[in-house]
Amino acid sequence: MVVEAATVRFMQGSEAVAEGAMAAGLRFYAGYPITPSTEIAEILSRRLPRVGGVFIQMEDEIGSLAAVIGASIAGLKAATATSGPGFSLMQENLGFAVAAEIPCVLVNVQRAGPSTGQPTAPAQGDVMQARWGTHGDHPIVVLTASTVRECFDQTVRSFNLSERYRTPVILLLDEVVAHMRERTVIPAPEDIYVLERPQPAVPPEWYFPYEETDADVPPLASFGEGYRYHVTGLFHDRAGYPTLRQDEINPWFERLFRKIELNVDEIVQTQGEMLEDARTVIVAYGSTARAARQAMKEARAKGRRVGLLKLLTLWPFPEEQIERATRTARRFLVPEMNRGQVRLEVERVVKGRADVVGVHRYDGTVITPTQILQALEAH
Amino acid sequence: MNDRYEVRLAGVGGQGLQLAGLILAEAAAIFANKNAVQSQSYGAEARGGPSVSEVILGEGDIDYPKVSEPDLLLVLSQDAADRYVPGVRKDGLIIADAQHVERLHSERRVLRLPITETAKEATGRPVASIVALGVIAVVTGIIPRDAIRQAVLSRAPKGTEEMNTKALEAGFALGESALASAGKK
Repeated sequence: MVVEAATVRFMQGSEAVAEGAMAAGLRFYAGYPITPSTEIAEILSRRLPRVGGVFIQMEDEIGSLAAVIGASIAGLKAATATSGPGFSLMQENLGFAVAAEIPCVLVNVQRAGPSTGQPTAPAQGDVMQARWGTHGDHPIVVLTASTVRECFDQTVRSFNLSERYRTPVILLLDEVVAHMRERTVIPAPEDIYVLERPQPAVPPEWYFPYEETDADVPPLASFGEGYRYHVTGLFHDRAGYPTLRQDEINPWFERLFRKIELNVDEIVQTQGEMLEDARTVIVAYGSTARAARQAMKEARAKGRRVGLLKLLTLWPFPEEQIERATRTARRFLVPEMNRGQVRLEVERVVKGRADVVGVHRYDGTVITPTQILQALEAH
Repeated sequence: MNDRYEVRLAGVGGQGLQLAGLILAEAAAIFANKNAVQSQSYGAEARGGPSVSEVILGEGDIDYPKVSEPDLLLVLSQDAADRYVPGVRKDGLIIADAQHVERLHSERRVLRLPITETAKEATGRPVASIVALGVIAVVTGIIPRDAIRQAVLSRAPKGTEEMNTKALEAGFALGESALASAGKK
């Protein structure tokens, strides 16, 4: 079914992820069902075959991401979704996709952990795992969402950014956002920006998949179209073959980071509200940002100068936006369903110029507006 | 935030409360041009286990997506009444099924109504949750009758439209008589 015009629907966050993926041109999904991400697989298992796409339930999450990477090298937009232990199993292949520069989208609906944890309970404990879960120094792009509409938009953006920068993109959601339903306007297809993967402009014999280019992102040729090249997780030269030469490794490594770092303006998104005169800035993301927004409104109603900085990109970390907020803020309040993973990042950027206070929960329970208001009054 | 209206529907699995919550929310979000949020409440989905469905209605943005102190509580089982009655807002309303809820003590406004009985009389089947939606529409005025009618029809499985419409209309009538007798007191 193709949605022709903008439509109003009462839909779930997971549904919006699936719809967003279809709108962005997803044609290959491989995954292993796991609560609370299963709905995404369930919906795509019905939707993908109807457009000639492929849905595979793999033997586990290791195989899932491996299949996604393979499909992407063959030229299809490819994704997987998982949660908790499944995200841990995907870490090795995530690193492979970073190193081999293979576009793909990985949705992680966070649940309470570590280990099997509490499958049906919400958490935001994977912020640092999303950043550093795979070994070695590496760049990564991680987006998040607080509303069902944002689930749709951020999924489309995840695909676009992954194609543009030849990188895996992680969409880090939480159980509450993925499972809640709300009134959602889905834009008409012509209003959705979809980036198609740039193709090489040279014949196969001149093609180098890891060549230095002006934009730092060499085009990725699709396997099966006459371009023969090597793909490996080993440090490689411009043709993709393993190399031990520092004069080849260093430029590649620099380019890998540069392509993300020089483009933070495009990648990093936040939403500020009531920040102009805010003495206290609440920094929040995911479903917690909804509780934070209600708390902010209630505090404003009492005359408190409180603002909200909602993060839509978690990595690269929105340093400039936090930096800007320090101009008025005497205090940052960071509510999150973990023991302070983003709070420590805020502290790193603020460098002691304001107080940074956390509101943390990690027992599988959401943070309420009342808890945030109490923290506002207490400090 | 003042127009935020929190609803908790509670009973046992198999009473159709998950679907009822979805219908109520869709009536608001799609057929009445209001806003609505429904967050997942896990529990035994199987027949006989506890089942809770939560919906928040409002005119503007609904930020916090969970029910904290419901304005309206519907209870279709004694267990649900024992567990959820104390959490209702001070000025909230409790609607209880007369057949399944025997004991209910609360300072709040309480309507004990023969919901299950009405469902059986009207349709021959225990579609209590649809009758309850009719009652809720009339008694609270949070949702226009027409919106809930359309929402019921859009969600009713093929072949059950007539039965569900009958149940809903019986709910409207039950709500009206409850209002009338409340007015006499």
